[in-house]
Amino acid sequence: MAKMQNKSKTSDISLIDPMLVQAYTIQRVVRETFDTFSLELEPQSGGGEFKFAPGQFNMLYVYGVGEVPISISGDPSKEKPLIHTTRAVGTVTKAMKNLKVGDTIGIRGPYGSSWPVKEAEGYDVVIVAGGIGLAPLRPVIYYLLQHRNKYGRIVLLYGTRTPEDMLYRKQLEKWRSRFDLETYLTVDRATGSWRGNVGVVTTLIGRAPFDPLHSVAVVCGPEIMMRYTVLELLKRGVDEEKTYISMERNMKCGIGLCGHCQLGSSFVCKDGPVYRYDNIKHAFTMWEM
Amino acid sequence: MNNESKSVIERKDFQALFDALSAEGYKISGPTVRDNAVIYDEIGSAEELPIGWTDHQEGGSYRLTKSKKKTLFGFILGPYTWKKLLYPPEKKIWEAQKSDRSFEIVEAESKPIKQAFVGVRPCELKAIGIQDKILRDGQHSDPEYGALRRNLFIVAVNCTNPGNNCFCVSMNSGPGVSDGFDLALTEMFNGKDHYFVIEAGSRAGKKILEKIPHRPAKPEELEQAEKAVERAASKMGRSLDMKGLKEILHNNFDSHYWGEIAKRCLTCGNCTMVCPTCFCCNIEDTTNLGGDRAERRRYWDTCYSVDFSYIHGGSIRSTDYSRYRQWLMHKIAYWQDQFGTPGCVGCGRCITWCPVGIDITEEAGAIREKA
Repeated sequence: MAKMQNKSKTSDISLIDPMLVQAYTIQRVVRETFDTFSLELEPQSGGGEFKFAPGQFNMLYVYGVGEVPISISGDPSKEKPLIHTTRAVGTVTKAMKNLKVGDTIGIRGPYGSSWPVKEAEGYDVVIVAGGIGLAPLRPVIYYLLQHRNKYGRIVLLYGTRTPEDMLYRKQLEKWRSRFDLETYLTVDRATGSWRGNVGVVTTLIGRAPFDPLHSVAVVCGPEIMMRYTVLELLKRGVDEEKTYISMERNMKCGIGLCGHCQLGSSFVCKDGPVYRYDNIKHAFTMWEM
Repeated sequence: MNNESKSVIERKDFQALFDALSAEGYKISGPTVRDNAVIYDEIGSAEELPIGWTDHQEGGSYRLTKSKKKTLFGFILGPYTWKKLLYPPEKKIWEAQKSDRSFEIVEAESKPIKQAFVGVRPCELKAIGIQDKILRDGQHSDPEYGALRRNLFIVAVNCTNPGNNCFCVSMNSGPGVSDGFDLALTEMFNGKDHYFVIEAGSRAGKKILEKIPHRPAKPEELEQAEKAVERAASKMGRSLDMKGLKEILHNNFDSHYWGEIAKRCLTCGNCTMVCPTCFCCNIEDTTNLGGDRAERRRYWDTCYSVDFSYIHGGSIRSTDYSRYRQWLMHKIAYWQDQFGTPGCVGCGRCITWCPVGIDITEEAGAIREKA
């Protein structure tokens, strides 16, 4: 941290505004579900080097509409393409959904904290995702599988409302066929030909194969899902200090200057989005913090 | 502080300060009277200062009156803060020109002008230091703010006559300055003699002082000036007991008393606009009607608006009490966790300019009592 501050003191001389965006071209659009899509992007300026840590996010700018924070969903070991999976829910993301291959999008980042891949070495890793929450977790799955021998058992627990809401379906099928990754899926409501688990994702925690006393848990989904997921994990014996979650708040700058994303004493954009649970648990029970 | 380094400028020579600053290329801003208030704006001469004006402040009240004393700094503080000139209320960041399927970003021009602020109160100097931590010294910084700060010359003015809403002593930010200035003044006026005890706090300050007619200060002049500032410390209109307040606030997040405050709070955001440390801003992207040009602007924002915390699905802080609580918790408690200092300097502006006169010292005190 001290090192970073020194760095910023010297960069203070630079007049390059951190609010400037870089133009990226959409190379490919993948329709993940009826309202969720992935964009594969490459920088127009060439170079193509985009380094990020799993769990970090970018600010995405749609020309003339606005800017939103979106987690990076691609493989952190690949410099191209930059991948973002987004659900169309607001003004900017709905406009983003209408973009086509060849269109331009603006990027600033990467920002924020990341999943604890170093701290998790030597431990079992439990990945719990709810709905679109799998998107910020996919980079950590790529990372863990690429460094597979450094970790114990790896368990992915993924729940969505219906089977149609599942992201990365083909990838999930591949992951499920691996022997070095335990993948458990569940849906709130079974539709179509679903023959799998039915129930919220927390129901998977009790029977998932990991050693709770030697596990690191990474959790992402709606706040209510994360809250009850963590309670289940703790009940099984996972340590609060080995449990990590990813938070979301209104962000305008992404770099701790605009104040919008404050959650108590922390700025979700720079202290988060990934928090160790014991550092943020007080916020879960405080209304309108 | 070394008393030997202190000098005296006579009132008749005060214009020389402006001339020296102008000659060095500084754009001078200082207090001046407009619309029945003391505001900060560009001024060219000492005659534009609020000569003989003084202000009377209460919760929700500000009145300017003419006094017989022809003091230059006989007022307390107006609604403006220096952040207006270091972190403008509205700023264009960039423009984007649309081409076929792409766009090109053109960074807005920003000229790091040389500015001199004449009449910075000790509490305001402390506030500038707090904003430095946020906007300049963090992991990310605002480049324009950093450039303006580097080119800034500060003439601080010690307080000898604090107001009803002042509590800088509680916040350890006044009534005298200790560092962070280029020149610091104490205005002395006894009906007959009118002079300024002046001290240089930097090399740039010394350079300017050399160009102004001045003489070494006499021991009795120094003593009187020091006493005047000491007396000011005992004349604070209000106080805020900071002892353990951070923990008390953290522990009383769920207090019902927040709801009592909200019965009066209009959530207008005035307190955030007049606060010298509030830094929250909004980023807005717009396009022209033709759609071929877009721009990004930054505006001061307030945590009192419902929009402030809006994410898909609604606002995080939809109730009025939660927004007042956010502001006060941030000022006193969160700020200390974030930046190692409270976000309050005791200037009292939020009390004066609150339309219903809500008083931060009173409300924080009430939370303490009810704890």
